[in-house]
Amino acid sequence: MSRTAQEINDLAEASYEYGFSTDLETDIAPPGLTEDTVRLISAKKDEPDWLLQWRLKAFEAWQAMVEPDWAKLEIAPIDYQSLSYWAAPKQKPVLDSMDDVDPEIRDMFDKLGIPLHEQKMLSNVAIDAIVDSVSVTTTFKATLAEAGVIFCSFSEAVQDHPELVREHLGSVVPVRDNFFAALNSAVFSDGSFCYIPSGVRCPMELSTYFRINSQNTGQFERTLIIAEDDAHVSYLEGCTAPQRDENQLHAAVVELVAKDRAEIKYSTVQNWYPGDENGVGGIYNFVTKRGRAHTDAKISWTQVETGSAITWKYPSVILQGDRSIGEFYSVALSSKRQQADTGSKMIHIGADTTSSIISKGISAGQGQNTYRGLVKVMRSAHNARNYTQCDSLLLSSDCGAHTIPYIEVKNPTAKVEHEASTSTVGEDQLYYCRQRGMTEEDAMSMIVNGFCREVFDELPMEFAVEAQRLLSVSLEGSVG
Amino acid sequence: MLHVENLSASIGGTPILEGLDLNVEAGEVHAIMGPNGSGKSTFAHALAGRDGYEIGGTATLDGADLLAMEPEARAAAGLFIGFQYPVEIPGVNNMYFLRTALNSVRRARGEEEIGARDFLAVAREAMDLVEMKKDFLNRSVNAGFSGGEKKRNEILQMAVMRPRLALLDETDSGLDIDALQIIAAGVNSLRSPERSVVIITHYQRLLDYIRPDFVHVLVGGRIVKSGDHTLAHHLEDHGYADFVNHDLDDAPERPLSGTAS
Repeated sequence: MSRTAQEINDLAEASYEYGFSTDLETDIAPPGLTEDTVRLISAKKDEPDWLLQWRLKAFEAWQAMVEPDWAKLEIAPIDYQSLSYWAAPKQKPVLDSMDDVDPEIRDMFDKLGIPLHEQKMLSNVAIDAIVDSVSVTTTFKATLAEAGVIFCSFSEAVQDHPELVREHLGSVVPVRDNFFAALNSAVFSDGSFCYIPSGVRCPMELSTYFRINSQNTGQFERTLIIAEDDAHVSYLEGCTAPQRDENQLHAAVVELVAKDRAEIKYSTVQNWYPGDENGVGGIYNFVTKRGRAHTDAKISWTQVETGSAITWKYPSVILQGDRSIGEFYSVALSSKRQQADTGSKMIHIGADTTSSIISKGISAGQGQNTYRGLVKVMRSAHNARNYTQCDSLLLSSDCGAHTIPYIEVKNPTAKVEHEASTSTVGEDQLYYCRQRGMTEEDAMSMIVNGFCREVFDELPMEFAVEAQRLLSVSLEGSVG
Repeated sequence: MLHVENLSASIGGTPILEGLDLNVEAGEVHAIMGPNGSGKSTFAHALAGRDGYEIGGTATLDGADLLAMEPEARAAAGLFIGFQYPVEIPGVNNMYFLRTALNSVRRARGEEEIGARDFLAVAREAMDLVEMKKDFLNRSVNAGFSGGEKKRNEILQMAVMRPRLALLDETDSGLDIDALQIIAAGVNSLRSPERSVVIITHYQRLLDYIRPDFVHVLVGGRIVKSGDHTLAHHLEDHGYADFVNHDLDDAPERPLSGTAS
């Protein structure tokens, strides 16, 4: 390996800066998963019977299912009985104000750069903070309520708005959808709930911040976002976890419902602990994200994925209504021993539906990055259009990039385009930048950020800056 | 300013430069001419610190030992290379690239960084110099640029970086006559008593617009002949045959330095 190649490799082997853990008094269930576990979770959350029955149905379905093995991932067997399915920070039962948040939790979020004090916060962003399985606080609730927007933890929504939850839960991702979605449906702990009434443009960005803190626990969040006719919302989720030697399981489900002419923009900056350079530890991230777009509605997924040992994730849009639009913009970085099998599914049902997929995969170290995507045009989808672009950037000689597009077209009026490219960061590019005075690290970061530009441009402003910084940090290391 | 003595460079054991000497004083313009494969580009990149060469000899810029430095430190010391093949960096805004470059060298020199607004003024002035349209700054670095635009972008960068020594590697190749004149005018306006320019070229054409103080002939990795600008005309008329065919051992022991005495 030449000197420069070695240096590029070092850049990709940077350490994980969110690897600290916080000593919180935690209420944790013993390991194991049985029907009793499901009942325990439901009871802990004081859930209505219909939800318990829904969970039990999912658990029954899950028991008959097997893990999917079609992804290009090498995963050590997961022992579902060795995990704990409930962990919650012990805290005062009712929070009247931010001052009631456990100071240690507040410190933890301060350390992550996410202050929960409203006066200190990023203006115009409301945050729901979730530690392990439980939402610890939601900011700016009052401001949002004035606009009629409901933004709260999933558990609160079950108590306060059961009719909305009951109508939409499982309507986009049914309990039997896949192995991990069924598992989530049985044991999901908490998550965020958003409801934007008809004609309302949400006055601020909504954001959920997920943190896994406890050891040997799985994290199973459930997020449900409903935008009624003509409603608009932009939502962002961020994720980190402590550095631990064991693998931790994260299996979330996100459902989006965009009614007629509604618009939902969902952005993710995922930075779970990726494991070390020998592949020890790290989060196993199996996530099902799907949205249903009604007539003239638009759903846009943007994701920046730099963390997790394993990523299995295909944010999708069901383009049900005529003229609905689905978009997917993704940057996925796999360094060290990380493996990512990610992409999108666009299911065209309505006429004149349009979808676009822009995927940027970056592989470094011994990382393996696979784009896997499905574009399906049903018989009813006259004049459907899709444009897919998959670009891969290779930063080392030991990494891999793979592109696996599936295209199924049942209507002859469809237009489907697929473009793919693979490139490397050239020594020429690095040398050119260095001749102009930049350090090798700065040059690398600039070139990689340039590669991701089209995706970063889709992120809300504050988070675009954050995503660029995150990518730079993930590539940072000791040069020379 | 620039003192190069007995510079050698080889790649994988194959020698390219074999004992090159050159002195460039402040304010001078030198031209280095030579046939294909004589080592002209290698000379530029050996000075700039490109990877992959085995280097011998010495090269100092204002007394600083260039050969001991990382490429970025050489840039901070005031060395600028106009690339023969400017590199494309997709997705990186030209303006952002330029400001990052300028601030990198400013930081390395312990100077204050320049803010976005002040930089815009610097960039605009530089753009006028090479007759660039405004949208040029918002495009990705060299991506999708025509050959002429790439070369103009190099001179734009030179105007922003204000180097002590600019080494322009075949900046004239692939240019039409209008672009050539724009680039020459840009370089001429950047001439100053504190700045030196070394022009590497195949043809005498560019030297009609930028008149060099000295012309050197590089053959077989050494400077075999130095003279004033009339030497370029001689080469244009007679080619390099005079220099290529005779035995190099008969070449002057120490090629003439730039500072003719």
